[in-house]
Amino acid sequence: MTIAELRQKFIEGTYTPIDALKRVRLVIDEKDSDIHAYLRTYDDAEAEAIYATKRYEAEGSAAPPLLGMPFAIKDNILIKGKPATAGSKMLENYVATYDATVIERLKEAGAIFVGATNMDEFAMGSSTESSAFGPTKNPLDSTRVPGGSSGGSAAALAMGACVAALGTDTGGSVRQPASFCGVVGFKPTYGAVSRNGLIAMGSSLDQAGIFAHTVADTETIFNVIKGQDPFDATTVREDTYPEVPRKEMYRIGVPRDFLREGMDEDVCKVFDANIEKIIAAGHEVVDISLPMMERGLAAYYIVMPAEVSSNLARYDGVRYGLHIDGQNILEDYLKTRAEGFGTEVKRRILLGTYVLSAGYYDAYYGKAEQVRQMMRDELAGVFQNVDLIMTPTSPVPAFTLGEKSDPLSMYLADIYTVPVNLAGVPAISIPGGTVDRDGATLPVGVQFIAPHAGDARLFDFGTKVYDA
Amino acid sequence: MKREDIQHLATLSRIALSDSEADALAGDITAVLDYVSEINDITADVADTKEVGPLNTVMREDGAPHEPGVYTDALLDAAPRREGAHIRVKKILDTDA
Repeated sequence: MTIAELRQKFIEGTYTPIDALKRVRLVIDEKDSDIHAYLRTYDDAEAEAIYATKRYEAEGSAAPPLLGMPFAIKDNILIKGKPATAGSKMLENYVATYDATVIERLKEAGAIFVGATNMDEFAMGSSTESSAFGPTKNPLDSTRVPGGSSGGSAAALAMGACVAALGTDTGGSVRQPASFCGVVGFKPTYGAVSRNGLIAMGSSLDQAGIFAHTVADTETIFNVIKGQDPFDATTVREDTYPEVPRKEMYRIGVPRDFLREGMDEDVCKVFDANIEKIIAAGHEVVDISLPMMERGLAAYYIVMPAEVSSNLARYDGVRYGLHIDGQNILEDYLKTRAEGFGTEVKRRILLGTYVLSAGYYDAYYGKAEQVRQMMRDELAGVFQNVDLIMTPTSPVPAFTLGEKSDPLSMYLADIYTVPVNLAGVPAISIPGGTVDRDGATLPVGVQFIAPHAGDARLFDFGTKVYDA
Repeated sequence: MKREDIQHLATLSRIALSDSEADALAGDITAVLDYVSEINDITADVADTKEVGPLNTVMREDGAPHEPGVYTDALLDAAPRREGAHIRVKKILDTDA
């Protein structure tokens, strides 16, 4: 069920937040020992559901917009008094001392937190296989990955173990798992939503993202969590960017030259069918050229590890998290970080340390930031002529567990999602159809990209074409 | 990239690595660096800006944000080694060094 449907029933009193939570817990009991979407569930959700039910009786349609809605929260978003592991041994015993701003806003709007969802360690991965607590499986085919890094949130929603979920998106970590699990996944404009209380990975790329069943539900949640925050100086004002108006008819650009190599044939067919659908709905689809976008992936795999290497320097076994004792303080650091981090995290820290080293800085990091600026300029030019850009979310449907064991092949699958983070623009992945693979029916997402602050335009287009 | 290069980066990153771990990472990191080096084929015609978006000066009143000490215990409780109102760490100055 969607948030909109549940809300109606909650107000009428034909179904209550207590019923909704019971239903969600039943699904978890039935399926989650196999799927492993949740790292833990919260008992206090029950008291919240009872309270929410009473509030609907008293307040009816005046109740806050998310009252009684069971949410799943990725385990790198802080909820005061609850653990936040980021999928890492480093933070296995860490308990959050404050609420992330997004959590504070969800609480005010009445949301109930069912539990914390599994993720790639420190959000580094595209399959949820790098979690220190074991992988999550795709609920639509348990031999396959749910995508990542927010795979637990996507899987929880797809199997009915919540009504909506939060994740984080640094290079596609909300949109790609949404595509693999057949739900809507949204990454806001950089700065539209506060990062305060998110465990940082790449600070110039990270944004909190939303998983929901419909575009309309996504918009409802976005309107609750968005907005300036004194605790995150990168949050944008209403007037930071020029207004991006809604339109009756949209002109959609498709970067044909960017959509060739490595794209699965069946995904291609689904993508083409979506173009037909959009044209049939009265919108215009035109070819565009984005030569820099293709280069963007290389820039991302320089900028992101560089930021990772400095962000993760804070895990030193002194103030919080794991501590392994050595002979002296240097050994404390060396052992704590050797024990606390998994292989993918170590790989990215070393890579980041390398590209930031004296002598290599200009060739890698400096160049990558220039390319990033060129991508932004290119996008700005294209958005002079089109309202939205359309690509597949991922060149492939959900792959099998263990299939992408070589890190570079995993990285290359992020080709359509990472340029969005480098540019800081908003994008949404919407289920666009399915493909058949080895007897399983797998969902395929279509990604729409808007200019900076064009979040509402994505919702307008998405509800018109896909929610109907 | 050789084992010694990886071990050097690991020391800079404060991560102890076994030689077998270093060898595996050497292969992976070389492959990724080969790939990302493609970026040097691009002729950059823009300045090295490092800006994510429009720059703003974010101002707020310069007031006391909260009562002193209200978060002290919660924060210190998170420390692996606490001693009273302090976090205990090993000495950082070594006279032998």
